[in-house]
Amino acid sequence: MITSRLAEQLALLPEYLGNHMILTLCALAIGISISIPVALLATRVGWLEWPVLAFAGVMQTVPALALLALMVPLLGRIGFAPALAGLVLYSMFPVLRNTVTGIKGVDPAYVEAARALGMTDGQLLWRVQLPLAAPVIVAGIRIASVWVVGIATLSTPVGSPSLGNYIFSGLQTQNFTAVLVGVVAAAALAMVLDLLIRLIEIAVSRRNLALGMTGALGLALLAIPALVPILATAEGRVGERSVVIGAKTFTEQYIIAELLRRRADDSGYRVSNLQSLGSTVVFDALKASRLDCYVDYSGTIWANYMKRRDQPGRQSVLKIMSAWLLKEHGIVCLGSLGFENAYALAMRKDRASSLGVRTISDLASRTPTLSIGGDYEFFARPEWEALREQYQLKFAARRSFDPTLMYPAVQRGVVDVISAFTTDGRIPAFGLVLLRDDRQILPPYDAVLLLSPAAARNTRLKRAFQPVIGRISDEEMRQANMLVDLKKSSISQAADWLSGQIEAGKKP
Amino acid sequence: MIRLEGVTKIFEGFRAVDRFSLVVDQGELMVLVGESGSGKTTTLKMINRLIDPSGGRIFVAGRDTGDQDPVLLRRSIGYVFQKIGLFPHMTVARNVSIVPALLGWKDKAAVNRRVDELLEVVGLEPERYRHRYPNELSGGQRQRVGVARALVAKPAVVLMDEPFGALDAITRSRLQKEYLRLHKSLGLTTLMVTHDIMEAFFLGDRVAVMKDGRLLQCDAPGKLLRRPADGYVESLLETPRTQLIRLEAIASEDDKS
Repeated sequence: MITSRLAEQLALLPEYLGNHMILTLCALAIGISISIPVALLATRVGWLEWPVLAFAGVMQTVPALALLALMVPLLGRIGFAPALAGLVLYSMFPVLRNTVTGIKGVDPAYVEAARALGMTDGQLLWRVQLPLAAPVIVAGIRIASVWVVGIATLSTPVGSPSLGNYIFSGLQTQNFTAVLVGVVAAAALAMVLDLLIRLIEIAVSRRNLALGMTGALGLALLAIPALVPILATAEGRVGERSVVIGAKTFTEQYIIAELLRRRADDSGYRVSNLQSLGSTVVFDALKASRLDCYVDYSGTIWANYMKRRDQPGRQSVLKIMSAWLLKEHGIVCLGSLGFENAYALAMRKDRASSLGVRTISDLASRTPTLSIGGDYEFFARPEWEALREQYQLKFAARRSFDPTLMYPAVQRGVVDVISAFTTDGRIPAFGLVLLRDDRQILPPYDAVLLLSPAAARNTRLKRAFQPVIGRISDEEMRQANMLVDLKKSSISQAADWLSGQIEAGKKP
Repeated sequence: MIRLEGVTKIFEGFRAVDRFSLVVDQGELMVLVGESGSGKTTTLKMINRLIDPSGGRIFVAGRDTGDQDPVLLRRSIGYVFQKIGLFPHMTVARNVSIVPALLGWKDKAAVNRRVDELLEVVGLEPERYRHRYPNELSGGQRQRVGVARALVAKPAVVLMDEPFGALDAITRSRLQKEYLRLHKSLGLTTLMVTHDIMEAFFLGDRVAVMKDGRLLQCDAPGKLLRRPADGYVESLLETPRTQLIRLEAIASEDDKS
């Protein structure tokens, strides 16, 4: 069981590790080749030092995830480019700072001696200052390399696959084998890189050619497998017989993406999945046809992109949304998959019945003595605003959680009420009950299959996906999610089960 | 060979060197002596333009240094430093061959021969010391390498900034003698800065005494002893005199017992 789970994860390693390595090596190479010259300039031009170090320092204080995500709108692209740009910015600070410190730390007596012997500024730099500052500069490079390896895991949500795919999807689907593989691989890569840089440093300081060659060869060996997936993808992208399927960062999205992948695969497409994408990243990517398709939810598009606050009813929302998507972005909505994954409020079953709460209206009067937990997004969303206003909710406390920890939190009574997703398998599993939105304040969240403007012209692909439309019920989706989240089944097993349900549903 | 004409250096309103004039003749070993802060090191550094003078003119081998490229000027002048002169990341051989490398000597074998030759001149066996790093040498050995480096490109003029100051008394006196021999045999023109009046008397053909940026007296050691120009020069000579008298007294006490 464990070995098969491990084998399943290890099969993904070449792609994730390769992408991770190429991203890391490129970011470091660019970062270093910008930072060192800039730092050297700063040591010569006095007034430059402060702004340069301040800029790099500020970049460092921006949370890495935010820095990478900000690159998406800035560059107007997803995938490799924004991830690389973010990592380059992140890698610069330790190299800049250590280069400045290293050069300024060279004993002025050596600088004067070099001048007295008749060295020009350039000769002084290359023959005296750089060699004497090298240990400090290399220390900066080593810090940068370890940071970049770690932070490169955050390139997954901006659409560049990395070892972060293991970590994001593993945490979401409670697959700790995957998390472990990702973490161990990242740590190993960081250690190997650090070792190679150290080796080259020793080789340079001792003028040992053999040692230097070993280090350089090691780096080259790292770079070669890193290039393989890139070449493979380049080959794979040729022609229109390839399809890229996107998925956000939760279990249901992984299962549906796997289901769609099989459909496209059966129709003879070469399919690649781009998973664990940030919510806005995935939509932007679809708009730009960098993805061919993914599943979103009508309420999300209604509230986030159309900025609508009204609630005209489930069918109207679907209709208006589809028309808007086509008109504004050329995106085709192929239809609802059948189930709805809405925001809702959930409580422990026993707690709800002892308080006599069945609907959100029932809950309202009791809120001053209760606390509520939500995922990171929830309290910033218009849905929460609407609920609070319309039902007059006045919770005593509110706390944000990682979704993985939110369910145990309500189960253990850390909070009384949580925001939940209606198809989440953890609702039955943790003995929770959904509170009915009796005044219909929350918008509907039909799962809709969206095709990019480019894919919209592809009738073969549309035909391949057609059998899934309208075929998955709330209950089936919840069951499939539960298989992964609680029964520890793999995504592929859950997809097996779900496609079995779809086939069975066709017969009668 | 070296001529300073009314040289002045002002650091942020402070006159470090004040209208200083001096001529060092070809083949002469001139010692510039004074307390710390007297301006002697500043004067030395103005000659190879590590510091540019605020006023006055300096000639080396008849040419105004102000008209020359400072980098080329420095390569033509030997320079020996007080303490940290050698680069810690270079071997003895690489340290010594810096100036030939800067001058673009192409023939590697010739450079190596020249380096070995100079190591022999300063009394270091080339085979033993060529590949050592400065931190593997004693203070005296390091200063020998420093002298070899200053002389390797056959300069006519050598500037020395308290070259033996950091050494123990025995090593210092040995290196002083050896340098004197080199100075004569190679026909060098040397300007050396020191605060050690005994060293000045022992080495200098002439001794120039500096105080507060000005030249007080410049004469041969004997004349300086017999006819000090003013009270300060006389007081400077007081210390070695009393030392000598005490030494003789101690010696005669021993005779009595």
